[in-house]
Amino acid sequence: MADKILSKIHVKVWRQNNPKAKGKFETYTIENISQGNSFLEMMDILNDQLIREGKDPVAFDHDCREGICGMCSLYINGHAHGPDSQVTTCQLHMRKFNDGQTITVEPWRVGAFPVIKDVMVDRTAFEKIQQAGGFVSVNTGGVPDGNTIPISQIDAEEAMDAAACIGCGACAATCKNSSAMLFLAAKVSQFAKLPQGQVEAKTRAKSMYAKMDELGFGACSNTGACELACPKSISIAHIARLNREYLKAKMAD
Amino acid sequence: MSSFLSATLGRKVFMSVTGLFLILFLSLHLTINLFLIFDDSGNLFNQAAHFMATNPMIKIMEPILALGFIIHIIWAAMLTWTNMKARPQKYASGDQLLAWWAPSKNMFILGSMILAFLVLHIFNFWVKIKITGDPLLDHPAGTGIEMHNTYNLVSNLFINYPVYDLIYVIAGLLVGLHISHGFWSAFQTIGLNNINWMKRLKCLANMIGIIFAIGFAAIPIYFLLKF
Repeated sequence: MADKILSKIHVKVWRQNNPKAKGKFETYTIENISQGNSFLEMMDILNDQLIREGKDPVAFDHDCREGICGMCSLYINGHAHGPDSQVTTCQLHMRKFNDGQTITVEPWRVGAFPVIKDVMVDRTAFEKIQQAGGFVSVNTGGVPDGNTIPISQIDAEEAMDAAACIGCGACAATCKNSSAMLFLAAKVSQFAKLPQGQVEAKTRAKSMYAKMDELGFGACSNTGACELACPKSISIAHIARLNREYLKAKMAD
Repeated sequence: MSSFLSATLGRKVFMSVTGLFLILFLSLHLTINLFLIFDDSGNLFNQAAHFMATNPMIKIMEPILALGFIIHIIWAAMLTWTNMKARPQKYASGDQLLAWWAPSKNMFILGSMILAFLVLHIFNFWVKIKITGDPLLDHPAGTGIEMHNTYNLVSNLFINYPVYDLIYVIAGLLVGLHISHGFWSAFQTIGLNNINWMKRLKCLANMIGIIFAIGFAAIPIYFLLKF
């Protein structure tokens, strides 16, 4: 079945030359976009058009384009990763938009994610949180047999659900407080349920939490917006576990 | 300990614990207030008010309650300020994910409105009972023992000033909305939640919110309709 063609759409996109520059919105009109295109393909077509007109193309993050790398971002029409659920921007299709529609494209607006250029932001802050405690100690030497470590199916599944986090930043971008709690919860939860994660269990939540505060993310107010925006549908129940891990560690101090 | 006090989660724990404590207080408050409806002679309510004013346990709890309110309010302002600073530039397209009126998004606004009401409420009753006194309080309470006729003070306000009825009904609804998020959110913050309890706690929070909203709003409406 042939995809419908959007004869004309308007893209209102944030343009900012560098982190220091004062940005502003520019509106571009593109014609004949197939609804079968992904959102990023539409952005490619827009950039091709801009280059042909001798203008600067829009800088945006992307890599795998199959929803697993966590590079793509974009806040589209008031939704992180656009008006579809459980997808990243690269998996968003133009069939979610109508002919003649104006589509507003903004970068993640998080103080801890400064804009690099246009709609591309610097998410190094997430790496720093991860480095503060999101790791496990392993023995050197021969590889142990995985089957020698008993883990219940329920725990394995729950850890895996948390490990689905791709670190895209949609949670912090959506949160009205720009809090990174869902990211933090996923990264703590993926270890908390497994025996391998117990070595650093006493310090992990504390160090990662302190780093999040230090980097200027806000505090969680349990609105639940993050789990709705998360392309991997990570539950805010993991946030309760993060809080539990943190308080347990604090009480042991 | 100092890092816990300055950490955002530490502050949130204070919010949760004081919030749950205030819910307990409101439950007691609502129970006593409902005596206004169930006994038109005012006897029951006057006895309860007299008990609250004279019982030594309640006397001990009074400053603790005030402290609970103060911590809840000041810490809320500090956290909200931190949270506002975390997003220096707002979205032009806004937030299309949660409804504009969602209590979870508006806790500080709801809380501020409740605080404004609280000030009015204290001037309506507490100041008159404890400090300035009021001729309405001096009517014989009809209980045999010498005590304030608090029922007279309350019913006079609700019967003769419809604007106060409206304010008290709105305040009841605001408290209900605030608690419909606050109750389950408090458990989430102190880590007492998981995927199964999420549904139960949210359901319980909505029920408590509805009970408080209807309970507090019913009292001025009762006086307005009956008298």
